[in-house]
Amino acid sequence: MSYLFNTDDDRKAMLQAIGAESIEELFRSIPAETQLSRPLNLPAAMGELELQQHVQALASQNQNVVDYCCFLGGGAYDHFVPAVVDEIASRGEFYTSYTPYQPEVAQGNLQAMFEYQTMICQLTGLDVSNASLYDGGSAAVEAVLMAISVTRRSKVVTCDTVHPHYRQILATYLQSLDAELVVLPATDGVVSLEQLQACVDDTTACVLIQSPNFLGSLEDVAAIAELVHQHKGLLVTVFDPIGTGILARPGDQGADIAVAEGQTLGTPLLFGGPYLGIMACREGLVRRLPGRIAGQTVDRKGRRCWVLTLQTREQHIRREKATSNICTNQGLFALRATIFLSTLGPQGLADTARLCLRKAHYAARRLTDGDRFSLAFEAPTFKEFVVRDRENRVGELLQTALEQKIFAGIPLGTWYPDLADCFLVAVTEKRTRDEIDRWANCLQTGTAAPLPAKNGSTTVSNPPASQHA
Amino acid sequence: MRNQQATQLVFELSRVGRRGTRLPDCDVPSDEPIESLIPADQLATEPPPLPEVTEADVVRHFTNLSTLNMSVDTHFYPLGSCTMKYNPKRNERLAGLAGLAQIHPLQPDETIQGVLEILYAVQEMLAEISGLPAVSLQPAAGAHGELTALLVAAAYFRERGEKRSVVLIPDSAHGTNPASAQMAGFRAVSIKSTAKGFVDMADLDAKLDEQTAVLMITNPNTLGCYEQQIEDIARRVHKKGGLVYLDGANMNAILGIARPGDFGADMMHFNPHKTFSGPHGGGGPGAGPICVAAPLCDYLPCPALVRDGDDEQARYRLNYDRPHSIGRVRSFFGNVGVLLRTYFYIRSYGADGLRRVSEDAVLNANYLLSKVRHFLPVPQGDRCMHEFVASAEPLKKQKGLKQPAMDLGKRLLDFGFHAPTVYFPLTVHDAMMIEPTETESRETLDAFAEALFRVIEEPAETLSDAPLTTHISRPDEVQAARKPVVRWTPD
Ligand SMILES: Cc1ncc(COP(=O)(O)O)c(C=O)c1O
Repeated sequence: MSYLFNTDDDRKAMLQAIGAESIEELFRSIPAETQLSRPLNLPAAMGELELQQHVQALASQNQNVVDYCCFLGGGAYDHFVPAVVDEIASRGEFYTSYTPYQPEVAQGNLQAMFEYQTMICQLTGLDVSNASLYDGGSAAVEAVLMAISVTRRSKVVTCDTVHPHYRQILATYLQSLDAELVVLPATDGVVSLEQLQACVDDTTACVLIQSPNFLGSLEDVAAIAELVHQHKGLLVTVFDPIGTGILARPGDQGADIAVAEGQTLGTPLLFGGPYLGIMACREGLVRRLPGRIAGQTVDRKGRRCWVLTLQTREQHIRREKATSNICTNQGLFALRATIFLSTLGPQGLADTARLCLRKAHYAARRLTDGDRFSLAFEAPTFKEFVVRDRENRVGELLQTALEQKIFAGIPLGTWYPDLADCFLVAVTEKRTRDEIDRWANCLQTGTAAPLPAKNGSTTVSNPPASQHA
Repeated sequence: MRNQQATQLVFELSRVGRRGTRLPDCDVPSDEPIESLIPADQLATEPPPLPEVTEADVVRHFTNLSTLNMSVDTHFYPLGSCTMKYNPKRNERLAGLAGLAQIHPLQPDETIQGVLEILYAVQEMLAEISGLPAVSLQPAAGAHGELTALLVAAAYFRERGEKRSVVLIPDSAHGTNPASAQMAGFRAVSIKSTAKGFVDMADLDAKLDEQTAVLMITNPNTLGCYEQQIEDIARRVHKKGGLVYLDGANMNAILGIARPGDFGADMMHFNPHKTFSGPHGGGGPGAGPICVAAPLCDYLPCPALVRDGDDEQARYRLNYDRPHSIGRVRSFFGNVGVLLRTYFYIRSYGADGLRRVSEDAVLNANYLLSKVRHFLPVPQGDRCMHEFVASAEPLKKQKGLKQPAMDLGKRLLDFGFHAPTVYFPLTVHDAMMIEPTETESRETLDAFAEALFRVIEEPAETLSDAPLTTHISRPDEVQAARKPVVRWTPD
């Protein structure tokens, strides 16, 4: 019985101490008619070895980005994760603890949260960060809700260049609230300032944009900020944490609230989660910020230490008046981000960003040097871009690449009917020139050179099985 | 012996020029100036001012920090309502397999059949355990599940042309319940509880009407008692046309013993990070899968995970064609890693094992209760489910303590035990909510009871000074909130 302690003797002795005849007696408060009179219909129990073999067999039915070459992005990216991240985040003292309700025995978590918050401020150029939200999408939505409550206005303006999932989540959350959501269509892959100007007014709580946006293009964040601020609305920007290695920070460009998907900071792809919702804002908005916040203080002997602070924003104190309902957050992934950013440092982050930029631009050029492919948009891009297939056979093309063990891109037709002949390509620092050339050849000719022998490199790039919670 | 590097901030360890890792040289042409790729005004003048430290610095710093935490791996952690059970190592190992951890969420369905098969099985398992047939795995935590289900309820009523604006919530409920109601656009209305934490039926009747959309209820309740009126309550709510939502935070008490769908719930969430051993990660991640009754199925989030064909030939796919769905609540497919651990956990136990989990959780809690009630009042009586709530109130008078539950909790830290949940639920004065879980031995429970007994006997000064042996003494929380310092700045 897997992880249980009580032997039959224990059970007897314990029942006796309780003064109960049987285990069944302990459940007597549940009416007999309500109790399940049959065993649950579940598959039979497995021992560890059996389970391992079973799960390995299932796992091997998935094609993974270690064996395949990955050019997929769209909000989740195949970035490099240094070994120390797994090594430290898999310490039981971190991953088997919980929210630091008892600061005296949680200084490790609290200090790491404080360091995380500081680093998020450093990445965003903003004043305050919380300790994490669920993911980039729910962070974007929480930022919008925060803007609605700060401004006491109800109109929310966004553009279809924001991640489709984020927009869908936003629509879900807003459907039962008194809020108006306007989604502007993109013009040449970016927000149209003219349209925005026509739409934003004194009832606008905020404008939500993403830069680099879902289509890879950089938005004119500073100009958009100015426009929103003229109407005393707030600007919420979704940013790319890796991009801040070379790109201007959202706070420096005028964003009032910056949010991001933090998966890129030290977390593998994990089929979409758990990830990390990043959120930072200007000082003046801190009392409306959702989620946990670690703050510095002193103990009774005057020693510097950390506690959860500003808790009167939170559900366990304020209940229906709380800034959000969030309780369990993504603490372990905030820790991973903290370890990741400490390890990279400013230079490592800048190098990573530069490699992404160079390789993505190389890939774009390589692919579009023939007749068939062109870049869909002219706006500047960072690590992701949209390719148009003049032959309009995106599905077939990506399928061919798949047969060559290449995840070549994400078809855009489902989200953007106008872009049914296009696909989205992401290139991270992990992609080598060889891989990019193979990818381009494969798309151009339908075939690719055989995979180069990996010289045992699979075992190196395949991270040790370890804790990602 | 304390290493200063643990208490210095990583920023204070920073020295210009140190590096923790080195990226490869650029292997593609890179002569073009960056400004020709990105307009100058979109470029940063310098990278973010992150700390500059070596890999060895990172390892020593964070390893030392980790030793300042109590955790399930190191300590008994009877934090009520949080189900701090043992987190199996094998589950971590399996979730890290490349075929599960190194897959992109937007890969084509035919390349992810293995993980979809697991997730589909999780849906079926949760449906069976809850007695509610339709499942969405998308929500990222319990609170997120609450919100999602309330949006499902709102869509259901909207489609039926019913305007219902109120969510009823017992005053013993967790704070996420009213907060979720508010976020879903409802008005949260509180219902009184009796001293044992049961719903006050007169107050329920007074507040229940055609405005009631949903009653949210926790069962076993937050005092650790099974709500015996649950079926009657559900009948009354249904009679007025409302829905019953079960907060499943306490499912560890009734696995295979009673099913929410059988006792009247129409919707519920699970907290797999509690019930199914997902590690709590210093605050998260969790997951908050929801199960609903058949009439609500169409409103569940999009996409739905479906199976085509029979067992041998079965193919799994994400179905986006759901016109009645409330839409998405989470990017991609939710906190998959936590759901994988749920699968591993349930496969390790099987049906009999899961029932045994609940039996032992309840046995352990009752055993501890039978000891604790000799020295602290337990308003709910001499029996409980998986947890119980003692009251430290008598120590106010006896010892002149202002916050006796907090003081006792702090002093327990000195004895090597994590404190129980204190001051929740709000309906018990100076509440100490104790949940031992099934993964603790009788000896541990004895030692904890013994420590609690000794602590209660200690002088008031010791208690209000406690903890005395931890890395820090009590932090000044008032100062932290009055002048918030929430990030490091160089001085
Ligand atoms: C009774 C109860 N309801 C709801 C929740 C919220 O769940 P989560 O923290 O996973 O969002 C909790 C947990 O903290 C709880 O104890």
